[in-house]
Amino acid sequence: MTAILDLGDLGLDEGAHLLIKRALASAHEVEVRGTSATLAIDLPAWTRAQGHRLEPRAGGFLLARGPDRWRGAERAGTLATPEAHAPARWGLAARGALVEAGAPELDLPLADRATVWADEAARLYAQAAAAQWDPATAIPWDAPAHHPPEVEDAVVQVMTYLIENETAALLVPVRFLGKLHPHFREVMQLLAIQAADEARHIEVFTRRACLRRDALGLSTAGGQASLATLFDEPDFAIASFLLSVLGEGSFLSLLWFLSDHAPDACTREVALLAARDEARHVAFGLAHLQRHVDEDPSVRERLAGAIERRHAALAHTAGLNAEVFDALVLLAAGSWEPADLRRGHAAVTALTQQMLQGRIQRLRRLGFDAERAAELAALHTRNFM
Amino acid sequence: MSEPKELVLGAVAYDAKVVPIWEGFRAYFRERGLPFDFVLYSSYERQVEAHLRGDIDVAWSSPLAWIETVRAARTRGRTAEAIAMRDTDRDLTSVVLVRADGPIREVADLRGRRIGVGAADSPQATLIPLEVLAEAGLAGASLGEVVRHDVLVGKHGDHIGGERLAVEALLAGRVDAACVIDGNHLAFTREGLITKGQVRVVLQTPPYDHCNITILDGGPPAITRFRELLLAMSYEDARVRPLLDMEGLKAWCPGRTTGYALLERAVDRFGAIDRWLDGWLGRLADEARLAP
Repeated sequence: MTAILDLGDLGLDEGAHLLIKRALASAHEVEVRGTSATLAIDLPAWTRAQGHRLEPRAGGFLLARGPDRWRGAERAGTLATPEAHAPARWGLAARGALVEAGAPELDLPLADRATVWADEAARLYAQAAAAQWDPATAIPWDAPAHHPPEVEDAVVQVMTYLIENETAALLVPVRFLGKLHPHFREVMQLLAIQAADEARHIEVFTRRACLRRDALGLSTAGGQASLATLFDEPDFAIASFLLSVLGEGSFLSLLWFLSDHAPDACTREVALLAARDEARHVAFGLAHLQRHVDEDPSVRERLAGAIERRHAALAHTAGLNAEVFDALVLLAAGSWEPADLRRGHAAVTALTQQMLQGRIQRLRRLGFDAERAAELAALHTRNFM
Repeated sequence: MSEPKELVLGAVAYDAKVVPIWEGFRAYFRERGLPFDFVLYSSYERQVEAHLRGDIDVAWSSPLAWIETVRAARTRGRTAEAIAMRDTDRDLTSVVLVRADGPIREVADLRGRRIGVGAADSPQATLIPLEVLAEAGLAGASLGEVVRHDVLVGKHGDHIGGERLAVEALLAGRVDAACVIDGNHLAFTREGLITKGQVRVVLQTPPYDHCNITILDGGPPAITRFRELLLAMSYEDARVRPLLDMEGLKAWCPGRTTGYALLERAVDRFGAIDRWLDGWLGRLADEARLAP
């Protein structure tokens, strides 16, 4: 049946093509009439470019629908839940969109739900988005400080170490973000906002370090070697295991330690705000690995193997970060008084124990038995990350 | 056994996108077992001469290049054939635009006026509209001044630039009328170059055809397969669609030569290819003299 469309005086140069497309969507043939001065020029030109057929008729034109570019189009899964595998042909299309066939295929190897997904991603992303803070106003940069100069030097050393670790924590997930199929939208958003968190942490640690000093502290070869192994890890599960579950988990203990022992309000707030963000990063790492391990228990031994390899790789380096350890002792002591140093030393020893216990706990959550968890936790690199 | 001989197509590089277009077509033909390659030329005249010389087997011809090929071939007792064309090459028209707030109301008002056209060798923006005006009695002294916008001469108006300059000149008052192809009237309005009600159409030409795929003397045997594969390209095939989109068509149609009469008359009236044809014949004569 031929539909009849009267465009009135609306021209093709004013949006009349929308009415024609709408009419052609429900009828194979449409008789188009109109009074626009240039209809007889613009309609044939538009029709030709669209591949529709056109015949002049008394008082108008008869249009017959041309080839359909949407033949063979498919939905990129459903809006609500990601598919088990996201094909490369869906490319950058939003989850649930109708995707025209023939789009270029992007190289997005992280395309399996089992490898990347965690049901918690959406919730954690929303939480992160709501918890973004402004370094300019959230931190009391002008708070008074009365600690000795050498304690300030210790703060600068710890900040230097934190910046280095946060740089790894920014760059490592971002490398995977670039390989993640955007079908897993919530995970993509979460990794992106984590990167933004780390960028902010790098800013505040740098600013705190430079508050009373114009040079930063030491960066050790061992510390860098430890972080470099994270860059070499091509497997998303293993990298997020090493970074989030083991590294950032221990980092979290360190930040709490800093907020407890900070010599000034500014350092305390910097540590506290960063710790809140890091807790989310650890929660996501654990959630998606738990899911991964549940779906494929063999993953657990791959993770264990990664710790063993990392330990072996570091055995030949000066992994122990003495500078940071000593700086933490002095920072916790607050002075060179022997009694204070004893207290500071005890606090840092307790911190290392706490880190170890935290690692064991998280490994148990991934299904390692107590003995294996303790063994693996002890092997974890002596650098904190 | 030697490799089968490749079928070589010539095309004019009027835009950088010509490279990915023909790379894509090359892959399409080769995947279907037809050894195919292409050569790009900087002007249609170079391409037509190369075709006549046998450097290429088949040419993607502008309408003017088609007439050049036909007429040059005829002087040597040879025949040209249009074997395919795009659906978008059929039944085009050109329009003559004037400022809506100006005094020009009809074609006769163009007498003695400045007419902005595209490149000298553009069929759609120069030769055909000027022919239609001439047939309406406006030619030579009675027409006034023809103001050319020579963008990429040798590319036969394939580049949109000349027509855009003509419209800009019209809007700025440097010319009294501008000649463009029908599709560009709509395109220029959509991109905001022309605002609604700013121009009036005083003339729409009769329909004419544009490019075609040309062979000489029946072409090599592989031409049959080439034409079959070309006509079989379906816009609903996702692998082929990007190529068709780039080349600006939805389907290839069989070639027809009934749509070039208007341009033939323009070429005769304005002597549009005389200089080139004389030059080519002269070079052939020189070569014949120098041959051992």
